[in-house]
Amino acid sequence: MPAEMQKFEVIVIGGGPGGYVTAIRAAQLGMKACVVEREHLGGICLNWGCIPTKALLRTAEVYRNAKHAQEYGLEIKGLSFDLKKVVNRSRKVSKQLSSGVGHLLKKNKVTVIDGHAKLKGSATVSVEKDGKETLLSAPHIILATGARSRSLPGLEGDGKLIWTYKEAMVPDIMPKSLLVVGSGAIGIEFASFYRTLGAEVTVVEVLDCVLPVEDAEVSTFAEKSFKAQGMKIMTSATVKALKKGKNNVIATVEQGGKSTDITVDRVILAVGIVGNVEDLGLEGTKVEVDRTHVVIDDRCRTGEPGVYAIGDLAGPPWLAHKASHEGIYCIERVNGLKDAHPLNTSRIPGCTYCHPQVASVGLTEAAAKDAGHEVRVGRFPFMGNGKAIALGEAEGLVKTVFDAKTGELLGAHMIGTEVTELIQGYAVAMSLETTEVELMQTVFPHPTLSEMMHESVLDAYGRAVHF
Amino acid sequence: MPISILMPALSPTMTEGTVSKWHKKEGDSVESGDVLAEIETDKATMEIEAIDEGTLGKILIGDGTADVAVNTPIGLILEEGEDASALDAAPAAPAPASTPAAATAPAPAATLAPAQAAAPVVSTSGDRVIASPLAKRMAEIEGLDLGQISGSGPNGRIVKADVEKALSGGVTPKATASAPAPVSVAPAPAAPLPADSFTEAPNNNVRRVIAQRLLEAKTTIPHFYMTVDCELDKLLDLRKDLNGRSPEGDGSYKISVNDFVIRAVALAMKKVPAANAAWSEEAIRLFNDVDVSIAVATPDGLITPIVRKADTKGLSEISNEMKDLAVRARDGKLAPEEFQGGGFTISNLGMFGVKEFAAIINPPQSAILAIGAGEQRPIVRANALALATVMSVTLSCDHRTVDGAVGAQFLQAFKGFVEDPLTMML
Repeated sequence: MPAEMQKFEVIVIGGGPGGYVTAIRAAQLGMKACVVEREHLGGICLNWGCIPTKALLRTAEVYRNAKHAQEYGLEIKGLSFDLKKVVNRSRKVSKQLSSGVGHLLKKNKVTVIDGHAKLKGSATVSVEKDGKETLLSAPHIILATGARSRSLPGLEGDGKLIWTYKEAMVPDIMPKSLLVVGSGAIGIEFASFYRTLGAEVTVVEVLDCVLPVEDAEVSTFAEKSFKAQGMKIMTSATVKALKKGKNNVIATVEQGGKSTDITVDRVILAVGIVGNVEDLGLEGTKVEVDRTHVVIDDRCRTGEPGVYAIGDLAGPPWLAHKASHEGIYCIERVNGLKDAHPLNTSRIPGCTYCHPQVASVGLTEAAAKDAGHEVRVGRFPFMGNGKAIALGEAEGLVKTVFDAKTGELLGAHMIGTEVTELIQGYAVAMSLETTEVELMQTVFPHPTLSEMMHESVLDAYGRAVHF
Repeated sequence: MPISILMPALSPTMTEGTVSKWHKKEGDSVESGDVLAEIETDKATMEIEAIDEGTLGKILIGDGTADVAVNTPIGLILEEGEDASALDAAPAAPAPASTPAAATAPAPAATLAPAQAAAPVVSTSGDRVIASPLAKRMAEIEGLDLGQISGSGPNGRIVKADVEKALSGGVTPKATASAPAPVSVAPAPAAPLPADSFTEAPNNNVRRVIAQRLLEAKTTIPHFYMTVDCELDKLLDLRKDLNGRSPEGDGSYKISVNDFVIRAVALAMKKVPAANAAWSEEAIRLFNDVDVSIAVATPDGLITPIVRKADTKGLSEISNEMKDLAVRARDGKLAPEEFQGGGFTISNLGMFGVKEFAAIINPPQSAILAIGAGEQRPIVRANALALATVMSVTLSCDHRTVDGAVGAQFLQAFKGFVEDPLTMML
């Protein structure tokens, strides 16, 4: 007997930062909305991604500062850490936020349905939980199932010796030696965490620099800094094979035509992600999938009428804030809101919480030139900033890229302490389409790190004051 | 939250309007359907009605404020149960685009139409454009007039993408600053007038639109002109006969010569459809309907209400519709769709005794017919002099769409209907 049909105006499949935010916005717009989530509200971001890693990295930061206590005139004796407690704190933070999402959804009268959802015919979703099927229907169905880490042939996680982000976040032991495959944001954050807590870390990157999406100057700066911290960085290198021992792994790394074997306790795979397109009932629909991502148009519509896709599932950049914005735009367009504004992917900031932190928005200098811009570039080093020196964090750089003709801020690239909290200033400026003039005329408070943002703009026009 | 009253878009092309006059005061209760305020657009004055009930909590943009962008909040309505403290939560009033000019400009001339009479004349410094700094910079570099493009950003803000679109869409840039000035042919600059030698009558929106559109027409359209004389005696007899048959009260009519002219033009357009067209770079657009615009002088300037599908309407229907349009045109109460569009324009100055004149085409139309006075003139008929009532009409054509022969065919058809008016009754 078919289960009873529950009717909604919008069904969101996936309760991550794309899905739950979309559902809340739908409810704000007066729609009867539900979210179907099979595992935990808040998705990867909140449970196994952005948030718990930030908790781990905060531990690393406090630990690093404590180790440098003498530089600040402090005496700390017997400094050590308890890995179990470190991990527990991280899990607690995730749990607190995940239940917070539950409250938010309840407050906004969004129905949360526990189970695995699949498209089933037109405007219908089937939810399976413990062998029981529930049917939901709505004229609008938003797919927000996110993504998971990518495996490469020969490079598959085993949950024990070869970790993906999930195991790396809840380590049972502190590896003495660690190989991180991939130097994107995820790989570098883990490398930074484990290195700070004492592991011998080797990072292997197939491209010729670490953090390859960042501006080349920032990448080079980061690589130098990581090496100074004792990380081993191998760029233009590939892991050819992983041979598992009893409690270690022998990795064969090829670099410059030369093969080297590296023996490590653990391996972390961070070689990209794939979209969660399987088992969603997409077969037989007009939803088109291209290399594990759902193809959408400029209004997040898939090929199937009434079915939309947002977030990681719908393609890069794979960022929580992109997913949230995309979801809001999608549902606002569904409601015919005139002010709904499409996401401008060239103005999405990206942050990496390694030490020193990296943050950027817009085009790199090279990309700006490739796009045909004649550029003006400004740079300001942390060394020239009073607050940075007072903090004992004089390592870093703020770089800005302007269109020489129009004064458009094309990109901003920062490395150094707390830059992830600073980048929004440039994001606002880009969103408002300021030119260098408004940025120069803005009063930045003294003494702050943000003064460097001002100085970098001034430097692009040959007017930097403090360097 | 108080409900915002937004500057409405009263036509597809409207980007800003003037708040001419509020009908409600702060604190007045408002019922759905009440007239809240009058808005002056580029061609008309429209009333905006309340959709929601409550109390007018705050007027954000006062009487006589010009150049208010579409969708800008102009006032706030408090819903039942809300008190004035809710207003604090509401968006602050944007800086007024320009202050009511009543304080700074000379008093309006006494010829204002009723709708505008109550409103102070507004400043015409229409140079406030809401645009991002980057958009302004790009427009400056490209010599683009931001006033010519509409914005897609929040509250109609012009952003980079709009400028890029305008540039790729071939909006004609103004001469750039770097372009060499044609020094040798530049006339000597006019000596500045002494300030006490004139009184300024500030331009209203109608005047600005007339200036812009007719300058564009006369400078970009290759006009040519042809004149033909039409004998009116039969038409006048028929008119007298028909008007004599008008019933009293309901259904009464009084057909004017102009009504006959509208009908004759409509039938001639149907017979020569090439005259009912618009030029575009890609194609000549032939209009499907016969919509006739009629120039009406108003205290504020010229406006052209439209008799739609005039070829399907009888004389009494045309006559009554025209009377209504003319009255409302003079009062500034036409809805935008009543004067925007049209395929052909009639301009009649016969009532002033003008013998003949050549009119400027009303773009994007391709032709306009200028009607002179019907007057007794000597004519030659059957090798002898005779008297007849004769009206000279002059057709101005856009040579890009209407060639001389087509224009002549149109005039021939028109003359045929006018001189043999019974054929108009078919």
